[in-house]
Amino acid sequence: MVLLSAENVSQVRDLFQALRDPVKLVVFSQSLAAAELCARNESLVREVAATSELISVEVLNLAIDRERAEAYGVTEVPAIVVEGARDYGLRFYGVPTGYEFSNLIDAIILASTGEPTLSDATTTALAGLPRDVEIKVFSTPT
Amino acid sequence: MRLAQHMAVASDKVRATAIEANEFPDLSRAYRVAAVPKIVINDRVEFEGALPEAQFLAAVLEAAAE
Repeated sequence: MVLLSAENVSQVRDLFQALRDPVKLVVFSQSLAAAELCARNESLVREVAATSELISVEVLNLAIDRERAEAYGVTEVPAIVVEGARDYGLRFYGVPTGYEFSNLIDAIILASTGEPTLSDATTTALAGLPRDVEIKVFSTPT
Repeated sequence: MRLAQHMAVASDKVRATAIEANEFPDLSRAYRVAAVPKIVINDRVEFEGALPEAQFLAAVLEAAAE
């Protein structure tokens, strides 16, 4: 299954000039739950990873690799965890196409550099967060 | 999504989860997703559409408050 066009691949390679440190894409699948979507997701992730030697892929099964899923807080498939020098908390549920594909590429670059671009006020406020925060962002491909 | 991802990298306490609404109809229903992007923070604070950084931060702080 080839999901990325030659043009997509070329654009991704250009954007990945910004990569610095290795990134691991941890994919969670479960064929009983969503076989087709999980297969598409795995293909897409492998095609993206093939564009840079700094990106590696690990595929886990939500039902079998339960401890890993729990550690990542992953409860749905298909899922992608974007890990850089550490787990920054970057997650994707669903096959990231269209708008979500751009977000995946951004997340990979961000995890690779570990350098967010936020105002000083935001950075200071986040340092004082009293508890964990989960931000869910629902979107559609178009 | 951009701000959520940057905040996640900036703070160990923040996780940013992008959810493809069409592929998760049950989740979308549970969170009453009518328009996208819809942002839900700690299941407590929610809004639709993009917000400037200061307002997005205010929503995060509200969701994290005691």
